Amino acid sequence: MKFVKWLTSVDRRIIFLLVILVVLVPMLITISIPFEVGEPAQNAFNAMDSLPPGSVVMFSVDYDATSYPECHPMIVAMTHHAFKKDLKIILVANIATGLPLGQEALERGAAEHGKEYGVDYVNLGYRPGMVAIMVGMGREIRDFYAQDYANANVDSLPVMQNVHNYDDIALLVSFAHGMQVETWIAYAGARFGQQIIGGVTGVVAPDLYPYLQSGQLVGLLGGLKGASEYESLINRKGLASRGMPAQSAAHILIILLIVIGSISEFIINAHSRRKK
Amino acid sequence: MNFPTILGLWIAATLTIAIFSFLYKDNPLYKFAEHLYVGVSAAYWVIFAAKFTMEQQLINEFSANWHLYLDTGSRAAFWEAWILVIPTILGFMMLTRWFGPKVGWISRWPIAFTIGLGTGLAITGSIQGVQLPQVQATFVPFWGPDLWVVVGNILLFTGVISSIIYFYFSKPHKGFLGGVSRVGIIFIMVSFGAAFGYTVMSRVSLLIGRLYFLVYEWIGGTIEFIKAL
Repeated sequence: MKFVKWLTSVDRRIIFLLVILVVLVPMLITISIPFEVGEPAQNAFNAMDSLPPGSVVMFSVDYDATSYPECHPMIVAMTHHAFKKDLKIILVANIATGLPLGQEALERGAAEHGKEYGVDYVNLGYRPGMVAIMVGMGREIRDFYAQDYANANVDSLPVMQNVHNYDDIALLVSFAHGMQVETWIAYAGARFGQQIIGGVTGVVAPDLYPYLQSGQLVGLLGGLKGASEYESLINRKGLASRGMPAQSAAHILIILLIVIGSISEFIINAHSRRKK
Repeated sequence: MNFPTILGLWIAATLTIAIFSFLYKDNPLYKFAEHLYVGVSAAYWVIFAAKFTMEQQLINEFSANWHLYLDTGSRAAFWEAWILVIPTILGFMMLTRWFGPKVGWISRWPIAFTIGLGTGLAITGSIQGVQLPQVQATFVPFWGPDLWVVVGNILLFTGVISSIIYFYFSKPHKGFLGGVSRVGIIFIMVSFGAAFGYTVMSRVSLLIGRLYFLVYEWIGGTIEFIKAL
């Protein structure tokens, strides 16, 4: 009984240490585990893959450094896929502090695929007033983004030549750690029929499944698992794929801790009832 | 790997470890890192607002349109320039809150404008973008060739109706209503469980990201740097 009581009152720092060890070990010995690609990620891949070369996709950076491990592998993988398919990318941001992360992903992808700024991709930067911008871009993007992030006139950039509103954007992907995907759905999706993919943190993902069922979202990448699914679909291992063994190991540990905690509580309760 | 990069890696790694040290207990190192983060974030936002909103959206925009008007006499450019005066005045009105209640009431006007605009957009977006499509998506067939789709549709319909009934408070939850609302609780609990599972995954992912940085970028990068010396 003493041991069972100790289990229910174990110092939380021991649990922290266990979690760190369980995450570190699979990372150091580099094991790989098989996993299936879910339908939401497959649909996201298909939507991007089926676009003809030259189509314009809009990436909205709606996350920042606090969600880097989950959202950044998504934008890196999708940039790689888009450039491989010769698609044009327009980057916008609803979170100012996330903008440099989006720019870094695009620059890395562009360097690898020999793409040129202004011709194959553009960073339009951050503008305050997310909802008004989403609605207004249905009329004319230039009303809000007359210059790119470096103050260059967008009309001087070949990539923006025939892009004026959502009619000219084949696909919109929001990489988000908050409610931004729902906002895109409510304004760009419902009002202008824009095709939308969500690339979101695990915390946000469950809230978006109803939009998949209703067809308002074309595809969904949820958390590190979603990012690793996309990486496996484009045959390119990144941070997400490398992190998945550690993720699975940590999940097994957490399940074990919940089971042990519940059984211990059950034993203690049964013991005290018997005493009474 | 050059020296500025390795220096940056060491600063990032030190701050990461400082934040992680809170897991043991609260300490000055953690507090320093926390305050630094808040300060740097605030400074970033100030610079961003000044550079990309005030300068780019207001000053440059006004200047470009005004010069266009002077050069070409374009009436559109004239109005494009002067329309910017309205948000500028509204912005200055917002700042009157700093000067006490005697003039602070002026700030209520731009706040009223912002709330009115936000509410109008939110209502239309919510009805058109969320409520109607979501209600429409629950009109699903209870028959079809695929058994699992039918089972899923029945579960979806039952879940939606019973969960809504759980939040119907105009009648006591007894009898039939009580039974349905108990079914609703089960669906709500399942959704909480799914959300909890995803949250666990999310938090572990953040830890993986940081540990990956410490092991491969910081330690790996330092070894690489020393080897190259």
